[in-house]
Amino acid sequence: MKQNVKSVVIVGVGGQGTLLASRVLGAAMLNQGYDVKMSEVHGMSQRGGSVVTYVRYGDNVYSPVIEQGEADVILAFELLEAGRYLPWLKKSGIIIANTQQIDPMPVITGAASYPEHLEKQIADKGAHLLAFDALKLAQQAGSVKAVNVVLLGAMAKQLDIDKQVCLDTIKATVPAKFIEMNEKAFVLGYNS
Amino acid sequence: MKQLLLGNEAVARGLYEAGVRVVSSYPGTPSTEITEAAAKFEEIYCEWAPNEKVAAEVAAGASIAGARSFCAMKHVGLNVAADLLYTISYTGVNGGMVIAVADDPGMHSSQNEQDSRHHAIASKVPMLEPSNSAECCSFTKLAYSLSEEYDTPVIIRLSTRISHSCSIVDTQDREQIDLKPYIKQPSKYVVLPAFARAKHPLVEERTKKLSQWAENCDINHMEDNHAKIGVIVSGAAYQYAKEALGDTVSYLKLGMVHPLPVDLIRNFANMVETVYVIEELDPIIETHCTQIGVKVIGKELFPICGELSQKLIKKLMLDQEDEVLSLDEPTPVRPPVMCCGCPHRGVFYELKKANVFVSGDIGCYTLGASAPLNAMDTCLCMGGSVSGLHGFNKARGAEGEKKSVAVIGDSTFMHSGITGLIDITYNKSNSVVIILDNSTTGMTGHQENPTTGKNIYNEPAAAVDLEALCKAVGVRRVTVVDPFNLKQVRTVLKEELAAEEPSVIIARRPCALLKTVKHNSPLFINPEKCVGCRACLGIGCPAISMKNNKAVIDDTQCVGCDVCVGLCGAKAIGKQEVVS
Repeated sequence: MKQNVKSVVIVGVGGQGTLLASRVLGAAMLNQGYDVKMSEVHGMSQRGGSVVTYVRYGDNVYSPVIEQGEADVILAFELLEAGRYLPWLKKSGIIIANTQQIDPMPVITGAASYPEHLEKQIADKGAHLLAFDALKLAQQAGSVKAVNVVLLGAMAKQLDIDKQVCLDTIKATVPAKFIEMNEKAFVLGYNS
Repeated sequence: MKQLLLGNEAVARGLYEAGVRVVSSYPGTPSTEITEAAAKFEEIYCEWAPNEKVAAEVAAGASIAGARSFCAMKHVGLNVAADLLYTISYTGVNGGMVIAVADDPGMHSSQNEQDSRHHAIASKVPMLEPSNSAECCSFTKLAYSLSEEYDTPVIIRLSTRISHSCSIVDTQDREQIDLKPYIKQPSKYVVLPAFARAKHPLVEERTKKLSQWAENCDINHMEDNHAKIGVIVSGAAYQYAKEALGDTVSYLKLGMVHPLPVDLIRNFANMVETVYVIEELDPIIETHCTQIGVKVIGKELFPICGELSQKLIKKLMLDQEDEVLSLDEPTPVRPPVMCCGCPHRGVFYELKKANVFVSGDIGCYTLGASAPLNAMDTCLCMGGSVSGLHGFNKARGAEGEKKSVAVIGDSTFMHSGITGLIDITYNKSNSVVIILDNSTTGMTGHQENPTTGKNIYNEPAAAVDLEALCKAVGVRRVTVVDPFNLKQVRTVLKEELAAEEPSVIIARRPCALLKTVKHNSPLFINPEKCVGCRACLGIGCPAISMKNNKAVIDDTQCVGCDVCVGLCGAKAIGKQEVVS
């Protein structure tokens, strides 16, 4: 309904650090003078479950949640989660996805199998998909834990978010000894 | 200053700005961050209480002493604190007292979907309901003025989408509120029947006055868009309605959900042709409208169960539904799981193997009910595992006692497990209670509790000695085990199930997510030794999966807890240099 409101869905697996990406995006958009709303899920679903965060910004944002068919951008920290949240994407929207695969418990126990060729399946549905191996870039930066910052970099590039605002927020959020590694991860993501 | 705050952080900001001095809460999703954020203001004394009843009583005591006071809890926490609530409604307050209660429509992290507005109505306490972070802050401040002006506690009702969404708050300075004098007034604060009888008519009178206030207050307001359709709405539903319907309808937005206005609603209804009531959970506003003779469309259209949303409103009111993209095959679900290195996992693995009835409780360890462990039979309410097991054993006698246990976390045991244990010893059942002591309140995000030796400020505090406590209530058999040592867990479990008296097993190891816990290097499965028997998958560790008929360990997840090592008959799991 609101044409000038942008809706970003950030999805991943509990523990991957999706909250940092949404907090940075929210702070950056507030800095740029937008009305901002974000919705997070805490508690039970953070324990290795599928997690989702919504970020919306524009002149005047009402609902803090994003529904199926409403997302301009989906940032997926894991490939299966990209597939799960495909219905949230607008027809003109883009999905930025990490190609890393993390088996959910039903796959581990053998009750279900991890879908094959997910990238192709998503692209075949007409979605604009930008998929890359963020885990590899995080390893390059110095730690597999920096996957979230690599993805944040990729999102910043796509949404044209001021690089310095992101780097400042990262600096303010992570412990001093990890700043350099995280900055490296951000730049690797930004240039991916 | 403009800040992006969580609804919960905005309530805490409101507490600061309102000059609140004392806060006592028990953690509960989605309310927890209010107290965590309040503790960052050095002007406010904050604490984690053992349970919500204690927290509310502390707030009541502080109010009587003359301070503005506060407590926060999740919806089911208000059931625990209800004993205090229904009576302090009669006594009223000295310093303003506010209770924040966070409902969880959609049950993101809860065991039921109760609507807290029923408590406001039944306890005859006014209730405000904000719809964004700015209102979380301003309504909190308003609640203190109302509390002191009308001599009543006030409830702020939140919901998951308000508590856990961020929006912009224009913050202000703290108001300097002096401690009010304390004057001894037994007729006000001692609820002997003779005193309480005199109070009840005053409570009824107060509700009438508050109803009058509700007719003209700023937080109940109309948005007249000269439309044929009018929508009465409050809380998160207001945002969904505005998103879905924009300016095509007129709104009556209610910031006070108890007591509800009469003339305001009638006047609004007269302005439009059709009135809809859009409210999450139960038909409270709708029932009120019907009672005052205003015809509305409510739950005949909108569901009672689950969350509302802009999409649902568009679908139900406008018959609009967007076409969506989706994959051809369904995606496998990804339920929450115990973390890698979780100390609870080994205990549930042994409980499953022992094939016992497991009386469960509320916390991360409720995940022991999920596949592949499937090692929990019941989970009802905080502390219910212990007393529930006693009842189970009283019904089934010795046959039950030899094949049943209760499992309860350290924080939940402090909350309300200890009373059940007293019942076990006092009324003697040969019950086995396992305290899963992970030195934290895990599920709500790692709060300290009375067993951890730290307070909310991370300062050293008295730590409850669980072994001594259990012994003090009459349990003679108290054993501590390391949950990473499966053989020890198995042996002790067998011994205690066989014992002819009550016993407590304390499975002690800190939560794997605590910053103080040092992890080992990841384990490795030698593909040449692995026979693909899947035995290691039975532990339900998210780091272990099958690739090409061999088990593999994801070294980005594994924390080297070694619990899986003993499950492998082929001796294929271990440190890479050992098994290669």
